[in-house]
Parts: sequence; structure tokens; C-alpha cells
Amino acid sequence: MLKALVIDAGNCTGCKQCEMACSLENEGEFNAAKSRIRVFDFHTEARFVPYTCTQCDEAWCQQACPVNAITTDSLGVKVVHDNLCVGCKVCTIACPFGTVNYNASTGKVIKCDLCGGKPACADACPTGAITYQDVEQGGFDKMKVWATQSANAATYDGPNVPKGSQASGTGH
Amino acid sequence: MGWTGKVLRVNLTNGTIQSEPLNMGWAQNYLGQRGLASKYLVEEVDAKCDPLGPDNKLIFATGPLTGTCASTGGRYSVITKGPLTNAIACSNSGGYFGAELKFAGWDMVILEGRSPKPVYLCIIDDKAELLDASEIWGTSVWNADEWIKSKHQDPMMHVATIGVAGENGVLYSAIVNDLHRAAGRSGVGTVLGSKNVKALAVRGTNGVKVKDPRAFLKATSDGKKVLAENAVTGSGLPTYGTQVLMNAINEAGALPTRNSREVQFEGAHDISAEAMATPRSSDGQKNLQTNQACFACTIACGRISKIDEKHFTVVNKPQYWHSSGGLEFEAAWAMGSNTGINDLEALTYVNFICNEQGLDPISFGATVSAAMELYELGLLTKEQTGGIDLKFGSAEALAKCVELTGKAEGFGKELGLGSARLCAKYGRPDLSMTVKGQEFPAYDARGIQGMGLTYATSNRGACHLRSYTVASEMLGIPEKTDPLTTDGKPALVKAFQDATAAVDSSGLCVFTTFAWTLNDIAPQVDAACEGDWSPEKMLEVGERIWNMERMFNHRAGFTAKDDNLPPRLLKEAAASGPAKGLVSGLDKMLPEYYQVRGWTADGIPTSETLSRLSV
Repeated sequence: MLKALVIDAGNCTGCKQCEMACSLENEGEFNAAKSRIRVFDFHTEARFVPYTCTQCDEAWCQQACPVNAITTDSLGVKVVHDNLCVGCKVCTIACPFGTVNYNASTGKVIKCDLCGGKPACADACPTGAITYQDVEQGGFDKMKVWATQSANAATYDGPNVPKGSQASGTGH
Repeated sequence: MGWTGKVLRVNLTNGTIQSEPLNMGWAQNYLGQRGLASKYLVEEVDAKCDPLGPDNKLIFATGPLTGTCASTGGRYSVITKGPLTNAIACSNSGGYFGAELKFAGWDMVILEGRSPKPVYLCIIDDKAELLDASEIWGTSVWNADEWIKSKHQDPMMHVATIGVAGENGVLYSAIVNDLHRAAGRSGVGTVLGSKNVKALAVRGTNGVKVKDPRAFLKATSDGKKVLAENAVTGSGLPTYGTQVLMNAINEAGALPTRNSREVQFEGAHDISAEAMATPRSSDGQKNLQTNQACFACTIACGRISKIDEKHFTVVNKPQYWHSSGGLEFEAAWAMGSNTGINDLEALTYVNFICNEQGLDPISFGATVSAAMELYELGLLTKEQTGGIDLKFGSAEALAKCVELTGKAEGFGKELGLGSARLCAKYGRPDLSMTVKGQEFPAYDARGIQGMGLTYATSNRGACHLRSYTVASEMLGIPEKTDPLTTDGKPALVKAFQDATAAVDSSGLCVFTTFAWTLNDIAPQVDAACEGDWSPEKMLEVGERIWNMERMFNHRAGFTAKDDNLPPRLLKEAAASGPAKGLVSGLDKMLPEYYQVRGWTADGIPTSETLSRLSV
């Protein structure tokens, strides 16, 4: 089963515990600037949004790397190999989402590697805004929310009610 | 570790900037932030100095847990001699600024002297420089924040700045960071303004290390679990914010109303947490948009609000139509119940302006409240207020006042003096609800007796954050005491004061103590810092800090006479509610308090006490 980070920004309070957990896991210190996940504060809109690598299947960072320093592991994760990375930063340009970044203190790039299958950010998130889930079910919670809001959910009485007998059917 | 071990010393007069090692011996005795920076202040500043003169210093200080994953580990404090009180001042703030300062590699920044021209201090990791602030001098907190980030092309920077209030000498000016979090009390922003410093802008990419990462993760995770499972920190505060208290304190008959003439407000519900979360009849939207956490906080009590665009305060003012920091309980009380105003949208607007111009909403609201009483008594005329009909209950008058105060225009100039100076000027010093010149907050000392002693003995003037006995007297934390009696309160106040000084010095938020005791906090400090940090040592550090602050004030000229309350609380009985018929029993508590503190009958720490604590 492939798993991925699922981010529900609606639950994010902007506490940055994910950034602290990520930097401790990967750098051995608390350092927001070195975190692979970032929380953005859209102050005037009252929204906080965590953002990180989605581990693209067709990963442009990987394709752009001239020295094949980014490989795919058994979990589908795109992993940067520091011993191969030459710090050319081409992958940071190739990534459409900006989630691969250069670390000036090591001369290598850094990106989320899902902590080898136990992402520290998801563990640390106090509100469930970041969860680690089966990729094939990542959208189900959102689907359920939308489903409860659709008209047939409110009026559907059970399988024995003949279709078309309800005044406010969805029409599809 | 925990500490970065570095202090940034900035001489504004000469424009010189130096890095120096943190005094680690002092760190073992005073921990960090409030305690450690107060130690520096006490050693370096003459207690009798003019708080707004170049001899005063201003210290931005983080704690050892600031910038870590400890829940609420993002606090910083500003320590100086305060202009509102002439006492030692320490004002604490959340948001993200404190952690950023730590990431830049600094435990503290000490500002001394006075810059010949307006500047801001820009800190990018090890590099710090004083830069010209002439383009933002005279502008708001919000403008300065935006201008600095744009100038440095770095939206990740965090800015702590004064608004126009701090430049104009309003005596209760705040330093506001991250647009709406503030080192709000005691006029620390006025001191920054007096030094011709507009702001500190910080970007940090260095890390914070702890002594034993594994033990630290365990201790902080255990702590977070306790916060999550506690009714106040796990549910009440995230859902309702500090405003959860509005209805409760009102029902307890301890909500100062109309300058403390009354102890219950008929409009409390209209300005409560519940009202903020209920769709408005005007536009069907809620005032409250979401809650927000400060750095690393797993409680997330902050309020983000949006004002009804059609409300009279913001008509044709789209700059206030966006979401921003909403009402906390203290602000809602000071500007609402205390002025008899039940207009939630107006209060939210006034709160926005306090953030934008850099005003302490508690002192501002309490000063307007005192002015309203003077006006009602005919001691202040409409001519003197510049045409403002300053009646209790008038949201229009309050909105006008806030617009004038930061700018020090018209009657706003008088309001900027604070309630003690204003009431003295108009011949009724007794109407000022202050202790040592600082306005007291949202708990009536008749309905919650411990708070009377808390206000009277607070080292920074009246304040609820120095010993929040409300926790015990109202909520039963850590154990229930009767709010209407004075029995046992001296020891209770001392215990809260000492523990709080220790918590403040760690870099954590005092709100954690609704759920945590020092038994939860000490293991987190111990895993982060060198030294043996037991709960007992933390408590001793707290007591040491309290006595050191007290000695500073003693040298500044304060005596036992200043450990007092306004005559209204001592002579006029509460008119309604559970405390009906009661006055504050301060006279019963104070002598016993001096005794349990190990102080003389005149309130001076004895030499035995000072030597026991190595002060």
C-alpha cells in the first residue's frame, strides 16, 4: 500500500509543530528554515496552509537531475542522495511546486522523503491537519464532506424508495 | 544548550553592535527571558533613571525553550524600566518573532543609549545592522511590517515594531510583532520609541539545539498530551479563546464595569466568545473567522476576526475589512464592559486600531473608562474632549478616542497619559483604577479576593499575569479556593508569583499552567538545558526573580505604600452578584504576604531572604 501525506489546511492553526518535527528529524536541531514542510500564513484571509512535496509519480526534479541523484524508493518516495548531489539546483527549478530547496550549509538540495515511511510532521501535528494515509483513499474524507452537502444525501431515504419519487432529486 | 549562548549588544548612541557570550552563571540562577534579562537590567541600569532617557536600556529576551517543539515554546519578553509605572517592566509576547530571534542565534538583544535618528535593527543570522527608518517613522505597525519585508524582499522575516503611539510618547505603547501579537503592557513600546528605534526585523536560519533530544521529545510529547486532555487547554481555549471567561467572570460578579462602579455588566453576553461565534444578524457572518496558534503552541487560543463591512466604524475603510487579530478577553473587557459598551463589532475595530497604532488595549480601555466617569461627573467637559460626547456606553466615543490616542491628537493626547495621570490632572486621582500607575485588568478584587493582593504586589504595576489566582479561585486549578475570602491567599499569591516567574523565564506561555505544573515543565527544561532543573529549582529561581524585581523597585523609590488598591475597591462594596456587600480585604492579606515572603513589615526583603536566594 502506498501512503502519502494528506493536508487538510482547514484544520491548521499555524503552530509550526510540523516544521519543528521535520527539522529535528532531518537536521538534528529545531530550525524552521531547514524544514521540508512549510506553513504559510495568509493573515488577512484567516488561513494557514502547510505545504510540502507530493512525491509526483512523474517527478520533474528526478528527470531534471543531471547526475541521477534522485531515485524512487519502494514507497514511491523521491529520495535525494547526498553523495551524488552536486548542488546544481536544476531540480529546484524543475519542481513546479517549489518543494525542493537548496541548503546552503551543505551544498545539497533537501526535500521531503516521508522520513522513510514514518513522517515526523504527521506525528507532530496536534490538529490532524497533516495525516499519513493510503494514497488511494486520500480524498475520501473530503468526498464524504461534499457528499453530505449534496441534495441526495439529505433526501435519500434508503434503497427501497423508487427513483424519481423525491421532489428534490439530484437529477443525475 | 537550549540557550544559544549569545547576546547582541547594540549601542544606539554610537551605532556600535557587538556579540558577547551569555553569562552562563546567571543563566543557572535566572534561567532565561524574564528572569535572566531582568538580571542584566538590574546589573546595568540605575533604578532611578528616567525610563525615557538614554540611560534606560531595553532588552528583547527569549527563553531556553523558545524556538523548540515544546508546546508554546515561542515566547519572548521585553524588559526595561517602564514609563507608565517607573517600576521594572517585563512584557511578554507570542507570535513567531521570538522563535525567529532564537533561530538567528540570539538569546537576547540589549538596546542601550539613544539613536540620533530613527532606525530599525535588522538581524539576519549573525549579521546585525542599524538601518534608516525615516520612511516608516510616523507610520503604522502594519505599514512598517509590510515595508520592511518588501525592502528586504523577504516575506519570511518577522518584525516587532512600534506604531505611531510609541513615537508619540503614549505612555502605554506596545511593541507589536507579526501584526497582532504584542508585548503590550507597561509602555515598553514607549521606551523603544524614546530610543528612536522603530522596529526589530529578524530572519534566522540557524538551529536551536537541546541537551538531550530524545529526552526532550519524550518530555515535550508527554506535556502536549496533558494539554490536549485538559478541559481548558484542550477544549475551552482553542474553541472560545480567552473570551471563554467573559460570561463566567460576569456571573461570578467579578467583571469590573463602568470604571469598577459595578461588578457585573448587563451587556457581557453581547461581547462574549459565544457572540463572536454566532452569525451576525447584519450580514449572517461570524465575527470569529478562525483560531490561530502562536509558534509551537498546541493550544491555539488566538482569535482571528473580521468586522462587518457595513458597521459604522469601518464604512468606506476597506483597510479594515480583512481578517486580523480579534478580541481577547482582556481587550473585550477593558474596552467593553469597563466602558459599558456592548457593540462587538466596534470593540473589534478598536482592537484592530490598538494593534495598528501599537496601544495596550487594557490601559487604553481603562483610561477611556476613567475619562468617561470624569465626564459624567462634569470634571471633563465636552470642550475639553474636543467635542466627544464621552458617555459610558458610547461606541462612537470610544472609536473616536482610539483614532486620536495613538496619534496624540486633541483629547487623544490626554488619554495617552494613562488613567493615573489623567485622573490626577482633573482632580480625582481616586477614580484611577491603577496600582503603581498601571491600569488593572479584567478581574474585580472584590469578587476574586486573591486578585486584589495580586494587583497590589505585582512588580510591574497592576497585572493579572504575575499571579493568576483566578485559576484557583474560579477554576479550581491546581485546587479550588473560595474567591470571596482572604484566607490562605497570601501563600497562594506567593506560590503563583514564583511559579509564573519561572514559567515566563523558560520561553513557555503561562496559559500552559491551566494544565501544567512545574512537574510537567521542569523535565522539558531539564532535557533542553545544562544544569539540574528540578521543579524545586524552578520554584527557587522564580522566588529569586520576584525578590530581585522587588529590590529594583525598592531602589527606584517604591515603598509598602505603593502596594495598594484604588479606594473604590477598599471602601465601596460590590453592589450585586456573589460578592455583594464585599470590599477587597487587602489589609488582611498584605501583612501576612510580607511575612510569607520573608520581608519586613515595611515590605522590604530581609537580608536573610536575599542571602538565602543569593540575590
